[in-house]
Amino acid sequence: MTVQSPPVSPAAVQAAPRPRRVPPAVWLIGPSIVFMSLLLGWPVVQGVLQAFQNEQGFTLEYVNRMVEDPYFWPAVRNTVLLIAVMIPLQFGIAIAMALLLRSNPRLNKLHFFVWAIPLALSDLAAGLVWLSIFNDRGYLNSFLKGFGIDGISWLAYDNQATLFFCVLIAEVWRSTSLVLVIVVAGLQGIPKDYDEAAQVFGATFWQRLRHVTLPLLKPSLQVALILRTILAFQTFAVAQALTGQNFPLVVGETYRWYTALQNPNVAAALALVILVASMLTSIFYLRALREKGQGGKR
Amino acid sequence: MSTPTVDTAPLQRQRRHRIYLQIACVTISLSMLVPIYLISLAALSTRESLNEFPLSMLPTNISFDTLYAFLSSTGIFGALGNSVLVGVGTLALSAVIGIPGGYALARFAFPGKEPYQLFLLFTRALPIVVLSVPLAKLFLTTGIYDTTYGVILLHTSLALPTTILISASVFLSVPVDVEEAARIFGCSPFSAFARVVMPMALPGLAAASIFTFVMSWNEVLGASILTLDHRTLPAQVLTSLSDSPLAYRFAGGFALVIPSIIFIAFMRRYLTNMWGSTIR
Repeated sequence: MTVQSPPVSPAAVQAAPRPRRVPPAVWLIGPSIVFMSLLLGWPVVQGVLQAFQNEQGFTLEYVNRMVEDPYFWPAVRNTVLLIAVMIPLQFGIAIAMALLLRSNPRLNKLHFFVWAIPLALSDLAAGLVWLSIFNDRGYLNSFLKGFGIDGISWLAYDNQATLFFCVLIAEVWRSTSLVLVIVVAGLQGIPKDYDEAAQVFGATFWQRLRHVTLPLLKPSLQVALILRTILAFQTFAVAQALTGQNFPLVVGETYRWYTALQNPNVAAALALVILVASMLTSIFYLRALREKGQGGKR
Repeated sequence: MSTPTVDTAPLQRQRRHRIYLQIACVTISLSMLVPIYLISLAALSTRESLNEFPLSMLPTNISFDTLYAFLSSTGIFGALGNSVLVGVGTLALSAVIGIPGGYALARFAFPGKEPYQLFLLFTRALPIVVLSVPLAKLFLTTGIYDTTYGVILLHTSLALPTTILISASVFLSVPVDVEEAARIFGCSPFSAFARVVMPMALPGLAAASIFTFVMSWNEVLGASILTLDHRTLPAQVLTSLSDSPLAYRFAGGFALVIPSIIFIAFMRRYLTNMWGSTIR
């Protein structure tokens, strides 16, 4: 037997034996289903049509234009690279932060508040914040100048490595707090007894982390992974604010095709790329979750 | 009586650990706060001091000129109003549609509950871009393109799954017993909900509403695709990025950062409840 994760919701268990009353529930969820079908389902169908249909019927014209655009492949590469580096990095940081908070440092409420502030920041705001630091005459170069080091142009077009670094820092700074909050909530659901029991039997900190805390935290981590990866695919304003067009990302390309190039069809095709990527990663995570068998359910 | 020699090494080691812990926490807090301090500094400096190099790290040249110039430049004031309007509209609409759904999830066992939850999970995974481009076309034909109503509809559809899940978790934390007691004492289902459950759930629901508002306040892409003249604040800042001076951008960043600190201050007690139990 695996260790049962703590009960998710006691009230759900209580609610089950109540008599089944179908009509009120349907009345209650009905509006949300209708609304979401209209405003989520319909646009997806339309989006597919926009991307694959012109006046003559089915066409790959827009997909071809999308793929042949010189910015497309760099945008895909940057997006994938950003996700591949950012997700493990910020999960490591977030878990470390959550463990720090759990060991009850002084002023831990204040620390948690400060660490959660970026949760309410838009990626545009984060981009502008870091623009004040990374621009040529910004605070980072001023700081380096104080030590007699000549700064470099962090955001120069020909310096893709530092561009990537800047976008990465800004995104990690902004979006780690989402993971942190989910992990902190998950940790609160784990009784300290397990950890203390392991401690009594002489497990070191790393052993306890690896064999006790992380396995119990898995459901929260999986939720955080799904949410963060899907949101990471949509990163765009951060790069727009920091670099303009110099660091293309797929969603930024959608925006450019729609507004600057006035071509909604190619924009729809690009949006579908994001949709497919998000769906595939969600399915991947959900399957991974099911195989590891958390009670057999989602 | 001889006093036993006490081994103080473990105690000292523990004390040392506590100190490392404090240092780590303060370091992380500083790395969160310093960028916010710097953008505030940049937004509140005079233009001349922004052109100097190296920049001063201390608030030596405080002035509200840049911020004032930003706020009085064309479109910003209207955009601010639009943002508030869209945020409140989104909040109201998603509460009206979402809270009953959350209540149903929390209290009733109904056929199709599992598919409904899967459906919610699926809709959370829908990227904004996928919706924005086709919706722009639809809104153009129905005449609500470039209005705040269009943006409210988009933001509501984005916020709705989260609203339903969060309000479900809020209702789960209200004991069923009190509701049943109210029913026994003669309340109708609706008045039991309105007079007993609702007051107990209200703080949590308020936090959830702030969350919805924040999401709408921060949303950039959809708002800038769906509007031309009636932009929300982030959309206005985004579209004027390329042809605006640095000082303007810093002031814009500052204007976007400050509300978020206030939002989090309001929500901080509910942050873990909201994210913890809702999404499994």
